Amino acid sequence: MEAMLQPVADFFGPSWTAIWTLLKIVAIIAPLMICVAYLTLAERKVIGYMQVRIGPNRVGPKGLLQPIADGMKLLFKEIIVPSGASKGLFILGPILAIAPSLAAWAVVPFDDGLVLADVNAGLLFLLAITSMEVYGVIVAGWASNSKYPFLGSMRAAAQMVSYEVSMGFALICVLLISASLNLTDIVMSQNEGRFADMGLGVLSWNWIPLFPMFVVYVISGIAETNRAPFDVVEGEAEVVAGHMVEYSGMTFALFFLAEYANMILVSILTSILFLGGWLSPVGFLPDGFHWLAVKTAFILLLFLWARATFPRFRYDHIMRLGWKVFIPVTLVWLFVVTVWMMSPLSIWS
Amino acid sequence: MLENYFPVLMFMLVGLGFGLAPVILGRLLAPYRPDSEKNSPYECGFEAFEDARMKFDVRYYLIAILFILFDLEIAFLFPWATVFQEFIAAGEIAWFVFGSVMVFLAILVIGYIVEWKNGALDWE
Repeated sequence: MEAMLQPVADFFGPSWTAIWTLLKIVAIIAPLMICVAYLTLAERKVIGYMQVRIGPNRVGPKGLLQPIADGMKLLFKEIIVPSGASKGLFILGPILAIAPSLAAWAVVPFDDGLVLADVNAGLLFLLAITSMEVYGVIVAGWASNSKYPFLGSMRAAAQMVSYEVSMGFALICVLLISASLNLTDIVMSQNEGRFADMGLGVLSWNWIPLFPMFVVYVISGIAETNRAPFDVVEGEAEVVAGHMVEYSGMTFALFFLAEYANMILVSILTSILFLGGWLSPVGFLPDGFHWLAVKTAFILLLFLWARATFPRFRYDHIMRLGWKVFIPVTLVWLFVVTVWMMSPLSIWS
Repeated sequence: MLENYFPVLMFMLVGLGFGLAPVILGRLLAPYRPDSEKNSPYECGFEAFEDARMKFDVRYYLIAILFILFDLEIAFLFPWATVFQEFIAAGEIAWFVFGSVMVFLAILVIGYIVEWKNGALDWE
């Protein structure tokens, strides 16, 4: 591949590195956007079938063109900027929401060696960039200068930072047993141990020794992306649509894209950190990207399933779960893992 | 070493561009006919009757401060967690490293218990 492109590289000269990187970035964002579009359709279909309906089925065969129709409609809708809003910040809000949810994909590995930036601080970068997501919501809520967006963004900010703490402790535990911040190393470290040698890789992945962390991470991921049953941010009975009330057209579409891109990001990270990434569950089947896709799709199905199953949490219950249940659980398991590593029974070395 | 981070920087810029492009496109393609009723803040059909940037509950500040404490704690644990296995492999010093981090965590837990007892985590 590199040799084939050598003449092109010579033609562009020193700017070739930038162009080649840009092409790789497009090769990540384009499939991601298709996934986002079809995740919205999948969500409506899955929830439809769970409620004994058939979901959207009018646009295109079996409703398959529905997301494209939705996108087109939003593109041709007026972008309304309220007269009381801070204009610059109002436009900046959705951009700040989508930018980190895309930038995080720079360090996500899709297969052994198939990663855009193979940096040695990948996990730290992810922790930092996912923390940036809260700014889009706060800026949008503040800039709208309207009551519902303001209240919605206050709630969102408090909820997102609360669950970030327990997610952070879960990451520490993963870090302890894989001893690397590089996501490729984290996946490969799950391929070691007695069960992996026996060809039962599924039992050597992080989700078994870190089971409480795995559960906390998935639930915190749902809360962090403001999805049902933690979607008080846009609880329509209380604050209409939260920080998105005043947004229309493409500015609204950006919030929507960011939310679904974040869902896919949290799912793929759960697969990488706890479910062995692209590793095959059994020895006789080959590893590869398809396993990562299957695991990510499964976690995404859990997101949709939770939305179809549970009623919305009350806000004080959400805060209690985050601060009084998840933090003690993560602290205790951090202690258990540390002692386990020090003891002769340690399975990591 | 640092050139590994060049794609990350570029991805951030592309992300910002990806956010900006649809906004510009929407402004160019979609109709733009502002009027004072349409542009007034949404309040269920009523005229908005005070500034929206009002006083809000002090507990939001409290949560933010607690978050900073815990997040700093996590940031401090990151380097320790990365090298802990090497210390275990090295032997003697492992218990010292273990002990110092446990003291560090114990201080956090004491603070956490105090917060809990004083009702800082209640949201009633």
